[in-house]
Amino acid sequence: MAKVLMKGNEAIGAAAINAGCKYFFGYPITPQSELPEYMSRELPKHGGVFLQAESEVAAINMVYGAAGSGVRVMTSSSSPGIALKQEGISYIAGAELPCVIVNIVRGGPGLGGIQPAQSDYFQATRGGGNGDYRLIVYAPSNLQELVDFMQLAFHKADYYRNPVMVMGDGMIGQMMEPVEIKKMDEDNLPEKDWATTGTGGKRKPNIINSLYLAPDVLEDHNEHLERKYKTIEENEQRYENHQLEDAEVVIVAYGTTARIAKTAIENLEKKGIKAGMIRPITLWPFPEVAFKELDEKTKDLLVVEMSMGQMIDDVKIVNEGKRDVHFVGRSGGMIPTPQLIEDAVMKIVEGRK
Amino acid sequence: MPIVFQKTRGLTDNETHYCPGCTHGIIHRLVGEVLEELGVLDQAIGVAPVGCSVLAYNYFNCDMHEAAHGRAPAVATGIKRVRPENIVFTYQGDGDLASIGTAEIVHAAHRSENITTIFVNNAIYGMTGGQMAPTSLPGQRTTTSPYGRDPKQVGFPIRIAEMLATIPGATYVERVAVDTPGNVRKAKAAIKRAFETQIKGEGFAIVEVLSTCPTNWGMDAPTALNWLRENMIPYYPIGKYRDPAEEE
Repeated sequence: MAKVLMKGNEAIGAAAINAGCKYFFGYPITPQSELPEYMSRELPKHGGVFLQAESEVAAINMVYGAAGSGVRVMTSSSSPGIALKQEGISYIAGAELPCVIVNIVRGGPGLGGIQPAQSDYFQATRGGGNGDYRLIVYAPSNLQELVDFMQLAFHKADYYRNPVMVMGDGMIGQMMEPVEIKKMDEDNLPEKDWATTGTGGKRKPNIINSLYLAPDVLEDHNEHLERKYKTIEENEQRYENHQLEDAEVVIVAYGTTARIAKTAIENLEKKGIKAGMIRPITLWPFPEVAFKELDEKTKDLLVVEMSMGQMIDDVKIVNEGKRDVHFVGRSGGMIPTPQLIEDAVMKIVEGRK
Repeated sequence: MPIVFQKTRGLTDNETHYCPGCTHGIIHRLVGEVLEELGVLDQAIGVAPVGCSVLAYNYFNCDMHEAAHGRAPAVATGIKRVRPENIVFTYQGDGDLASIGTAEIVHAAHRSENITTIFVNNAIYGMTGGQMAPTSLPGQRTTTSPYGRDPKQVGFPIRIAEMLATIPGATYVERVAVDTPGNVRKAKAAIKRAFETQIKGEGFAIVEVLSTCPTNWGMDAPTALNWLRENMIPYYPIGKYRDPAEEE
């Protein structure tokens, strides 16, 4: 397929359909409503089903039912709507069903605002729902990554039998960029012999469930899940390193914030200051291996987020106290400028002198 | 010797956890028998609720999906939209359907999802130990209405069959009781009609089944059946509320 110019929210839909997702259950919320609109227009042409649910709670439970019956299915929302879906996400993770959840993040807390933000990092990586569970979380920083990660999200969801979240800030949803929607090789997927399809009189009933009343059995289940999460941590960390060599300060930023940080790094270079960047692509599993590759000359890490500072907790965990960790960010839908980041780096460098 | 009667294939051999005298067992059996008699057991997918029948997935001998509290109609919607050729049903109690799950049941009916709902109304929260339900009767003492349900404080009991019957998409709505052998037979006929409605593709069907909870009502089984007959049926009249055959 040749490159086409698409809006982020519509590109998500096109990539999902290309990945074989024929079922979408959602509820309108700004700034992602172009996605359900796109799906309502396109899915019927592909023999699929679009259904606008009565609430985000119902939508995620429709996803739960559809995922249990063995098909690729997705929902999308934005921050307060994702908050409502947490119950269902916990059940889906507990029952080990594959599905994809898109969050086009807006400012919070509460009703917050409708402008881009990254303040759902905790919600995505710590789990807003109950119990010991994890989601794989992809954070694209441009629309080509967005469409690539949609395909990857469906694949990994099926491979691990786990919900996967694709998280973009409002800018990712609303901007337009050329994208090429590709088809990935998916030969290694297990058969969904656990799905509710009707027994056909040929096998014992399949049961989709997250209830284990016996504590020892529930602990076994949790240990089984934990082994899966450990495997994901070992195999699925993704990140981009940018000019780490000889960097005095390394910026840690994801999503569109990382694009702004790249401009800041270019501007700093012109002033003779060497800054680099680690861009986490998977927010969970957090790419701790990236931090093992840091140059010895790097004494400071500067975390930049469109929030009051959430990913910084993970940076501090993987940093293990080795370097000073700083933060600069904007929130509420305000976008950090390259100048803001440059000033923060300058302050760190000057403080060292 | 020829076999003249045996347990339905619609139920597994698992021993149920229901209390002595509870009528869930009767209702399970009716659903299992109907699925078997209609020849749809092997294509059936059931959705279990949260409440006393949370473990229904261990008892129905077909594919089952355990839902979150009140969400069974949404889960069933997801399944049915993916697999319209399968027979999809929810089995829900009154806390699940008439309290936390009102949005899901109203909108499943409103969309006329082609599913069947078995709604077991025993006027109390059984699983959590006898708290007041939206269906508890005026004056009924429960662990959270120790002085008796006061409609001035908490409203009157909600009549689900009547409410859903006002929705155009609710194709088949009937309330039955399982207090006597005659009523059990009528309940089975209603459950059969509800599944036939789905098989014919006519849309949403619900059977509200008035049921007992001897344990949390604090009665023995015969007294509980009498209490159902004398107190529940006058407030929750049994009968058909919507039936496509009668509306033609």
